[in-house]
Amino acid sequence: MIAHAIFFYTFSIIAVVSAIMVTASKNTVHSVFFLILDFISISCLFIMIGAEFLGMIMLIVYVGAVAVLFLFVVMMLNVAQQKNQWFAGQQSSRHIPIGLIISTLIFVEVIIVIGGWKYKPEIFDINNSISQVSISNTHSLGQILYTDYIHVFQISGMILLVAMVGAIVLTFRQRSGVKRQSYIKQISRERAEGVEVLEVQSNKGVKLDD
Amino acid sequence: MEYLNIVFQEVYKILFLLVPVLVSVAMVVWLDRRVWAFVQKRQGPNVVGPFGLLQSLADALKYIFKEIIIPSSSNKVIFILAPIVTMTLALIAWAVIPFSATQVLADINVGILYLFAVSSLGVYGIIMGGWASNSKYPFLGAIRSAAQMVSYEVSIGVIIINVLLCVGSLNLNDIVIAQQNMWFVIPLFPMFVIFFISALAETNRPPFDLPEAEAELVAGYQTEYSGMMYAMFWLGEYANILLMCAMGAILFLGGWMSPIDVYPFTLVPGAIWLILKILLLFILFALVKAIVPRYRYDQLMRLGWKVFLPLSLIWVVLTASYLFYFNLLPVN
Repeated sequence: MIAHAIFFYTFSIIAVVSAIMVTASKNTVHSVFFLILDFISISCLFIMIGAEFLGMIMLIVYVGAVAVLFLFVVMMLNVAQQKNQWFAGQQSSRHIPIGLIISTLIFVEVIIVIGGWKYKPEIFDINNSISQVSISNTHSLGQILYTDYIHVFQISGMILLVAMVGAIVLTFRQRSGVKRQSYIKQISRERAEGVEVLEVQSNKGVKLDD
Repeated sequence: MEYLNIVFQEVYKILFLLVPVLVSVAMVVWLDRRVWAFVQKRQGPNVVGPFGLLQSLADALKYIFKEIIIPSSSNKVIFILAPIVTMTLALIAWAVIPFSATQVLADINVGILYLFAVSSLGVYGIIMGGWASNSKYPFLGAIRSAAQMVSYEVSIGVIIINVLLCVGSLNLNDIVIAQQNMWFVIPLFPMFVIFFISALAETNRPPFDLPEAEAELVAGYQTEYSGMMYAMFWLGEYANILLMCAMGAILFLGGWMSPIDVYPFTLVPGAIWLILKILLLFILFALVKAIVPRYRYDQLMRLGWKVFLPLSLIWVVLTASYLFYFNLLPVN
């Protein structure tokens, strides 16, 4: 138990400190790196409570793909300068009340969720029954996702697809005068249409472009 | 006292795994150069030791005694962290590789997801190195590799789903045991080919070595690195290549299982079979490096998104419907 507590507190302290550093560090790229550290320590916490599938998916999706693209955008755009302007200007105090309101709301929501969870006794029974049946975390997730919640699951997938198509439509523009490579055209070229043999008379030459 | 004993036991186990991996990485660099040379009718490294076997050792010694130069305008912490991240990620993945039914450091339930997660984190070492160098060539190399590795990860993920459909478990040992009757390379052969090519792209090997294309980017993200830090990048890269070969061997070539289940072959320990399969795949990697010219960047992206991703998705549908129709889905 002691070892478990030590690991838990190590990971949670790293998670909280790095979450604070995401907002506190002045360099934007450092912020993203702290965000990644936060994701990793939270996935470690997931694994510690036995939710190994969630922890790994967190690593693959958030750290392996989302954060890479995030880092990509932050590096390409000059976000760093804009952020510095925010810190330098006097107007930054305007954001404080809004931030406070949002964070209070989130805090209250978390309290409500934890309270509701504590006063619902069946959840503990379900927890116990799961631990008695020797079924892995991944299997139980799959059994719930693809039976009871199949419609919700499919709809969330469709929403993501619509968001992706929308983003592509918004940024897509047809440019004219762009030369494109057509593999089929290249491969299907024959010698007859590509090569021409000409008789060249001396001192006269040939005209090639006609 | 008891805790201490457990910790020491674990440390011994880890060392017993890591030291052979590091030595084999050094040997594999020699093998790579040797195969490359033979294809081009050269001799390759053959001076240091018998057949030049100690060449990598000599190179390592040279790197250790060289000065580590840190550019004055670089971001020093991240610059130093980058090779460490690459190397660490390449090594921690070996924890879940099963060398036989019992010889595995951590026999976790989600082994294949762990492997996939660690290999997808590998891009961070490159991005960090490229950005922290604060120089044009490394930055361009890092941007290229970020896009490339994220693209090819997608198709590798879909290919893994193909295999998992046939197995019904995420545990690596279960995946190996599921291939007892037939290696997955036979029913899923197109997926094996796509996996192999995606693995080339994922590890930045030729013909997809655009992040370090020497004709355009000097040495890509490694340009500003020198001495031991450069060597760590290099070791991490080869450890990653070996890891991808191990992944291919486990997913498609039956892992530690002997190719035919008859008497003299079953005597050979599983670790040897796995190493032989990894070596076979690695020699293929080396051959591809020697005979294929480098892709253009748009061709690379086209191959990843427009060819491999649709193909592997279609194959997922095919596999799932075949298994469903013939009632072969592994349900437990």
